[in-house]
Amino acid sequence: MNFFAGIGRAVTAVLAHIGSLAVFTGRALAALFSPPIYTRLIFGQMLSIGYYSLPVVGLTAFFTGGVLALQIYLGGNRFGAEAIVPQVVVLGITRELGPVIAGLMIAGRVAAAIAAEIGTMKVTEQIDALTTLATNPLKYLVVPRIVAAVICMPILTAIGDSIGILGGYAVSVYNLGFTGSIYLKNTVDFAHSEDITSGLIKAAVFGFIVALMGCYNGFNSKGGAQGVGNATTNAVVASSILILAADYVLTALLFHK
Amino acid sequence: MSTPKIQLIGVKKRFGPKVVLDGVDLTIEPGSSLVVIGGSGTGKSVMIKSVLGIIRPDEGTILVDGEDITHINGAARDRVMKKFGMLFQGGALFDSLPVWENVAFGLIQGRGVTRAKARDIAVEKLAKVGLASDVAYLSPSELSGGMQKRVGLARAIAADPEIIFFDEPTTGLDPIMADVINNLIISTVKDVGATALSITHDMTSARKISDRIAMLYGGKIIWQGPTGEIDRSGNAYVEQFIHGKAEGPIKMAVKA
Repeated sequence: MNFFAGIGRAVTAVLAHIGSLAVFTGRALAALFSPPIYTRLIFGQMLSIGYYSLPVVGLTAFFTGGVLALQIYLGGNRFGAEAIVPQVVVLGITRELGPVIAGLMIAGRVAAAIAAEIGTMKVTEQIDALTTLATNPLKYLVVPRIVAAVICMPILTAIGDSIGILGGYAVSVYNLGFTGSIYLKNTVDFAHSEDITSGLIKAAVFGFIVALMGCYNGFNSKGGAQGVGNATTNAVVASSILILAADYVLTALLFHK
Repeated sequence: MSTPKIQLIGVKKRFGPKVVLDGVDLTIEPGSSLVVIGGSGTGKSVMIKSVLGIIRPDEGTILVDGEDITHINGAARDRVMKKFGMLFQGGALFDSLPVWENVAFGLIQGRGVTRAKARDIAVEKLAKVGLASDVAYLSPSELSGGMQKRVGLARAIAADPEIIFFDEPTTGLDPIMADVINNLIISTVKDVGATALSITHDMTSARKISDRIAMLYGGKIIWQGPTGEIDRSGNAYVEQFIHGKAEGPIKMAVKA
């Protein structure tokens, strides 16, 4: 009997969590389309989420492109297909690895920072203070972060894509003996615009997920330092899982034939 | 008879099985200063957060200037909130903003005052609570607890509100700084001409800053009257609380 009661409690808790997240998302979206819009805060968040994430996204993209080139070369070598390295690198980076790696890096850096900041504001009553100052916390805290993340993620991904392809180029030309001009020609000839745009659409969705999960977990943090710590962990874990799940759904939708 | 500034009628709130407010009835007249006393965890903060719309009561009605604000949202809530100022227990200063922007926040965001003008008003309000203009450019984390309370007080009065709430204004301060804050509360409330509602368990502060005192216990207001009459309340709970005695009808949940 206790076993079933335990399952029931767990299921109820999960459903309550999903319901709470759905309500929060709905309220955040409603706030997104109603004035006032804090443009100053949006630009501030773009600087924090976008500009300051460039080094981590750039570095991970470079090494990902390099590793991808090396793996494709070594793997393709088994059936004489080592020449397709430029094509696979550009396809893999633009369609998949560029947005996903950038999304996961932003989940680690930005979702954690957002959850920690808003969580601390929650436990120190700063969010209550916003309400008493006739300021809607959703419009003031959540909307600027979501807008900034949705705008910045495709830009970061586009930059990450370029650096990732450069990483593949560097390894291929300087380590694997490819000719630079031929590598670039194969890359440009093979890439279609839909490869790039699909990655950028994914990136925008990942940006939304990261900002939403950071804000949601921050707003729902309880207690003191431990509560904020839990909110930070939950934000990173939840946004990473949701990014990978959304990646599958988006891939199925965008490349549905 | 004038319309009460704030009126709570049968306000109830529970969190799961725990009943925090069990039918609170309270009336605050315009221009008066009411202090609600009560032990920790008796629901004082829940009560004022219910008035501010931060917590939604399960039952009951809350009136401000005769208007039912219990369930209002959005622009209507923002309009009513412009009547309020609030000093939080821990200050609740925004640590991402300098002191002057904390003080001027309600003016810039809520009332559309230009940043330059709001900064001048902030410096003026800081002077009213005894802080020099150079403090305006510091971060809240650079201030002592007493200074943070003063900044919180300056923020509460920045927009000349009609109603000011004080949540444990002297908690965590040394006795001298507590008295400084009490004096500032009295003078600022008088200057602004506001109605004040404070919650505290500091009886020295309660006696000093109030016209009337009410005691919250068991989710209800069990006694209220003029401050001068609290020593003759004839209520055993009030007697025990104001004299800080362990023996009496109020039993603390202490586990050995």
